[in-house]
Amino acid sequence: MRDAIAKREIRAREVTEKFMGQIEKWNPRLNAYITLNEQALEQAKQIDQRLSRNEKVGALAGVPVAIKDLLCTKGLRTTAASKILHNFVPPFSATVVERLEAAGAINLGKTNLDEFAMGSSSETSHFGISKNPWNLEYVPGGSSGGSAAAVAGGLACAAVGTDTGGSIRQPSSFCGLVGVKPTYGRVSRYGIVAYASSLDQAGPMARTVEDAALVLETIAGRDERDSTTSRENVPQWSQKISTNLKGLKVGLPKEYYSDQVHPDTRERVDQAVEAVRAAGAETVEVSLSLTDLAVSIYYLVATSEASSNLARYDGVRFGYRSDFSKRPAEDIAEFYCRTRGEGFGSEVKRRIILGTYALSSGYYDAYYKKACQVRRLMREQFLEVFSRCQILMGPVCVSPAFKIGGRIADPLKMYLNDIFTTSANLVGIPGMSVPAGFSKAGLPIGVQLLAAHFQEQHLFNAGKAIEEAMDIKELPHVLQ
Amino acid sequence: MISEEEVSRVADLARLSLSTEEVQRLATQLSVVLQHFDQVAKVATDGIEPLVTPTDVLEFRRDDKVHPWANAEAATQNAPEKVGNLFKVPPVVG
Repeated sequence: MRDAIAKREIRAREVTEKFMGQIEKWNPRLNAYITLNEQALEQAKQIDQRLSRNEKVGALAGVPVAIKDLLCTKGLRTTAASKILHNFVPPFSATVVERLEAAGAINLGKTNLDEFAMGSSSETSHFGISKNPWNLEYVPGGSSGGSAAAVAGGLACAAVGTDTGGSIRQPSSFCGLVGVKPTYGRVSRYGIVAYASSLDQAGPMARTVEDAALVLETIAGRDERDSTTSRENVPQWSQKISTNLKGLKVGLPKEYYSDQVHPDTRERVDQAVEAVRAAGAETVEVSLSLTDLAVSIYYLVATSEASSNLARYDGVRFGYRSDFSKRPAEDIAEFYCRTRGEGFGSEVKRRIILGTYALSSGYYDAYYKKACQVRRLMREQFLEVFSRCQILMGPVCVSPAFKIGGRIADPLKMYLNDIFTTSANLVGIPGMSVPAGFSKAGLPIGVQLLAAHFQEQHLFNAGKAIEEAMDIKELPHVLQ
Repeated sequence: MISEEEVSRVADLARLSLSTEEVQRLATQLSVVLQHFDQVAKVATDGIEPLVTPTDVLEFRRDDKVHPWANAEAATQNAPEKVGNLFKVPPVVG
């Protein structure tokens, strides 16, 4: 499509209109978008004008994308799916958004998510639950569930998500998309509503490996407004993809192939492993013995950081404020407490309490500090494994998508869903979900690829080999 | 285990008002979660330096230059209440 627009075979305006029509038709059922961008058509017209004047346009000129509603967009409401930010209109854009717009991408709107990206099912949003386009009774995953539903449902060409413990890879797996969590430091976090700053990374969600590579190379790279961004060179991954995997060593962590993995998921992952072998890769069994602890470490670190990051919502400078006209606050603490108690949803409160507890006097050593020590051991374990192979392969999740309402009442069960995705964030390595077929019930299943820091090219190469071998033609019924 | 009293104490620290039902529910749910997290205690970590950020990012500092940004009007436009470009808060005694 990008090439067709660049060659002026189709006009950017027509493409955007077509997607807006699909959104109008399907968004009431999928609830993928929270806010639509009324400037989208105008942006597309400008691309057409520039093309008609033979002006140079960016790599994504005219490509309609969706932005997770966790990234600030200048002049366009940004809510983090929370009541406490329900009316927030940022006076600036996130670096990721600026780079997409500079590349000519058309921002169709802001997609739904779990409140503050805290969740694995997109059920904790203040703006209602998003649905899985493959089966509307199932969750699209989370937290970037609206982004996944938008792309899978044909309501955007690609989307930007964020991944703190699996929030790009898991919904991509549940909705049959390619999703990439880049190396920590690849993509600027400037202008992204912070959840857990040492884990958060934004990345692409797309229908193909090549599209995902193209979006990532557009948004990646050092940003002076985020001191944790890396100076590493950003390769043109999309142009260097090779499906000849001869010489590639693929590690299969034995802990990722346990009995708790759903048989349909296991079968699809095994098939994907066969695909990389057929493309020339060699497989080797490895062990990551700390895998069982990943969820505990992740939730201790993430909630601790969240309790600090979410302290900024005070009802003074922006966002929701409780109504004090009838019952005034007796002191400043009550002013904050009431505003925050009313503004945050139950999962966010749960995590703030958990994080504050883990950081509080008397528990800090046993919880937060201990978790950070084990986090270092986990990183060493991954570095040791990557001295013997270039990528790791396994499931993204223990099972395909679950039914809406199926796990929301049991926080621990919901948290344990993240067992295979959280390690990449704790260790800072890149990870990808690639479609590997379907469950017997017809729900998509993704396979997860992990690589060493800054080695995203290996993911794109192996991902493309899997994509070619699977040759998936099925579409969700909303697109048929 | 985390008691209802501890949940209330931590909620005060976090400046978060909770209803009685919320305190009860959180104490029950978080006790289960924390019990699971206690598995972390069995890992030997003596002398291990805590890892607080995952990559060896070389910290850099940008040049100390003034960049034009939104004006004060735009910067304060999201305030729940304001007077001119000042944030307005209810009078608080104590």
